[in-house]
Amino acid sequence: MAIDNDKIIDDVTQSEYKYGFYTDVETEMIPKGLNEETVRRISKLKNEPEWMLEFRLDAYKKFKAMKCPNWAHLKIPEIDFNEIIFYAAPKTKPTLDSLDEVDPALLETFNKLGIPLEEQKIFAGVAVDAVMDSVSVKTTFKTALAEKGIIFSSFSEAVQHHPDLVKKYLGTVVPSHDNYFAALNSAVFSDGSFVYIPKGVRCPMELSTYFRINAANTGQFERTLIVADDDSYVSYLEGCTAPMRDENQLHAAIVEIITENRAEVKYSTVQNWYPGDKEGKGGIFNFVTKRGICRGESSKISWTQVETGSAITWKYPSCVLMGDNSVGEFYSVAVTNNHQQADTGSKMIHLGKNTKSLIISKGISAGKSQNSYRGLVKVIKRAENTRNFSQCDSLLLGDKCGAHTFPYIDIQNDSSVVEHEATTSKIGEDQLFYCNQRGMDTETAVGLIVNGYAREVLNKLPMEFAVEAQKLLQVSLEGSVG
Amino acid sequence: MDLKQKYIQLLESFNDSVSKESDSLLGQYRKVGIQGLKTNGLPTSSDEQWLYTNLEPIFEYDWNAKTKGMDEKVNLDEVFSCDVPNLDTHVVLLINGHYFKQNNTSDLPSEVLMGGLADFSSTHSDIIKKYLFKAADVNQKMNALNATLAQDGLFLFIPKNVQLEKPIQIINIAYGNEEYFVNQHNLIVVEEGSKAQIAFCDHTLNPTKFFVNQLTEVHLEANAHLEFYNVQNSNADTVQVSSICVNQHRDSNFLSNIVSLHGGTIRNELRVKLLESGASCDVSGVNLTDRKQHVDSHTQIDHLAPHCDSNQLYKGIYDDEGTGAFTGRIVVHPGAQKTTAFQSNKNMLLTSNAKVNTRPQLEIYADDVKCSHGATTGQLDQKAMFYLRARGIEKNEARMLMMYAFANEIVSKIKIEPLAIRIEGLINRRLRGELSRCANCVIQCG
Repeated sequence: MAIDNDKIIDDVTQSEYKYGFYTDVETEMIPKGLNEETVRRISKLKNEPEWMLEFRLDAYKKFKAMKCPNWAHLKIPEIDFNEIIFYAAPKTKPTLDSLDEVDPALLETFNKLGIPLEEQKIFAGVAVDAVMDSVSVKTTFKTALAEKGIIFSSFSEAVQHHPDLVKKYLGTVVPSHDNYFAALNSAVFSDGSFVYIPKGVRCPMELSTYFRINAANTGQFERTLIVADDDSYVSYLEGCTAPMRDENQLHAAIVEIITENRAEVKYSTVQNWYPGDKEGKGGIFNFVTKRGICRGESSKISWTQVETGSAITWKYPSCVLMGDNSVGEFYSVAVTNNHQQADTGSKMIHLGKNTKSLIISKGISAGKSQNSYRGLVKVIKRAENTRNFSQCDSLLLGDKCGAHTFPYIDIQNDSSVVEHEATTSKIGEDQLFYCNQRGMDTETAVGLIVNGYAREVLNKLPMEFAVEAQKLLQVSLEGSVG
Repeated sequence: MDLKQKYIQLLESFNDSVSKESDSLLGQYRKVGIQGLKTNGLPTSSDEQWLYTNLEPIFEYDWNAKTKGMDEKVNLDEVFSCDVPNLDTHVVLLINGHYFKQNNTSDLPSEVLMGGLADFSSTHSDIIKKYLFKAADVNQKMNALNATLAQDGLFLFIPKNVQLEKPIQIINIAYGNEEYFVNQHNLIVVEEGSKAQIAFCDHTLNPTKFFVNQLTEVHLEANAHLEFYNVQNSNADTVQVSSICVNQHRDSNFLSNIVSLHGGTIRNELRVKLLESGASCDVSGVNLTDRKQHVDSHTQIDHLAPHCDSNQLYKGIYDDEGTGAFTGRIVVHPGAQKTTAFQSNKNMLLTSNAKVNTRPQLEIYADDVKCSHGATTGQLDQKAMFYLRARGIEKNEARMLMMYAFANEIVSKIKIEPLAIRIEGLINRRLRGELSRCANCVIQCG
């Protein structure tokens, strides 16, 4: 059995990161380094209005006054912002009307990643906004969506075409002074996606953004803003990959979601940034601020995430439940292997009456990785009759990894019920034995058990994503038997 | 001048004033304490460890000259008589952190050493040197203050293979008509194969403002067994920081139970290090917090060796504007396989002004472990309430019964039966809003 395990572990640690290729496209970059000039230049390159530049400069000022947070259970090497290129864009024409105008090398890239950009070939019916390095390459199905009044475009386009909407909502959920990385993003963000679902509209297809870091030495700083007006619904997917490189690359994104009365947003992420090699060299630093606010009554925000990549993940998708009867949900599977570190979880802030929240977090650690759940459930005094249930399970594969749980529960009234539960365990020998006995090899058995363990979360993913996530789990883990 | 500077001065001048004893063991740690304060400062509410308890108001008070030992003439019988029926104990008294000289310990087995830490540090310096600040970290903020300011405390040494039949009862009193900053360092050593029960009762005797900073170090050698019961009953102006640090060796067993009946601001810290395999601990606590009281419990159990067990159960009832916090941490260090560690925190909020923060944390670096934690915050169960009402039990009585049952899970862990019965009674009275002191006692707990 021991020999078996070693072999399997070897296989896994040597199994290659499938998306580690690099596409040679001509890229437009600005010089390395971060200063006021960088911020101004990005804004100018994007031909932004004055108010946007002010927003950026204000954020930059706040960023300068802040320090890198050190409270997380992570070892973050010092980040030299002067070694990072803050803006890199594939050289393409500024506006793309048809697919023919997209650089074939780019098309190739996204095809390799399995992202369909060609509308006619799509059966799944997913509208895609593909972001390479810092700018949006192509948004599909735009016209079909526009008929329903849905706005789905790159962030820069939204700034040009819908400045009122952007101005109204930008920074209302994650203010630029929210935290160190949010301030950085607010100052230098290059692109991202903007979604607006008008009143009473149920978005007919899944919307999806695909993020890809391609150029070397660059950081990616994108921003997503989703606004769901009264009685609307949208399901949004996000995926990400990067080439294999020896140096670390920084990804600091912001996602803001606003739901008005009775609106619902479902946000799913499959995060598969390059995690570094088995020695822990290279990989993406993923410092992301994701937050949604249920502004209207009976509105709902649901986060689902499958985290398998990144050298360091620092991410707490949160819901501010402001409207009465609103609902927040968080489903997460976080897998760490080799030297990966993850500190992730959710915050549920109950401000409205009868609000409900649910947190299901499944951590899986293998190799020499550290995997932490950190979450907050806060109930203020006026949030009567609120309900929260949190469950955080950790699965340890191997004796050199760590699994940690740090929940914070702040309750300020006597009509709320809040429960938190956590367990840590490894795959039981009896479970493995049961599978082995039925003719399954240990590797398949572990895959089966891990998938069963994560099922509760995977079930929440849209179909196409669930299949991808399941495969990813297998690739990230197969065989790292404890 | 900021608070830190003020306290550095206070500590330095204190150290100068007692410099004649600075050659002693305790004296050596005074300087370490000053250094610790200089590097780490005082606890502030921006400290992750002190997020929910703000000590600044009590630090702002001018404690200068209110830290030194007093020669109060106290008559033991006058201030204290414990009337717990059938409770037969060895009673000793500590006043303002000082061992009361007239304590009579003649009925203890002769090989057991018990007395003041200051006295023993000159007569038995080898033992003290071996254990002092070995379980507690002198660099922790409140411990640094304690290292400099504490002049005395309880010293208890139970040598090999002594099983005490009667529990030792320690009456720990804050006393005086003037405000007083009590710093006290207790050291308890239970050697191989020995067994003891300790009941530690914290009281304030006067309705004065007291700031109590008490550190208790416990060392359990192989196969030692200690039960530690702590009843806290202080006046509403008292701020009590009580820290218990335990080092456990092979197959030793530690059981603790902290019952916080009353107090202004109480901070209970419990750190247990399970150093060798087979060690186990079962720690629990309950607090009944009303009016503007505050109770903050912190636990940390370090599993440093394989095959150790730990179990934690903390409960709190919060009424009126009572506030509280629980931070519990289980750390399973690399290599500590076959660990079982459980933690549970349950809170009951009775009014909309009560508040509770809980942080049950797990940090696990080994894979063959069974660990779980759970936390709940809720109210009285309406169905159970209905059940009782339907059987003709009055609303208030039903409420009382349910709270009593909630707290009883902790009290039932107390193995000294007369003490358990008494504490049950005190809790019952406390829940009915009556003074929770014993009938004959002159200690004004409430």
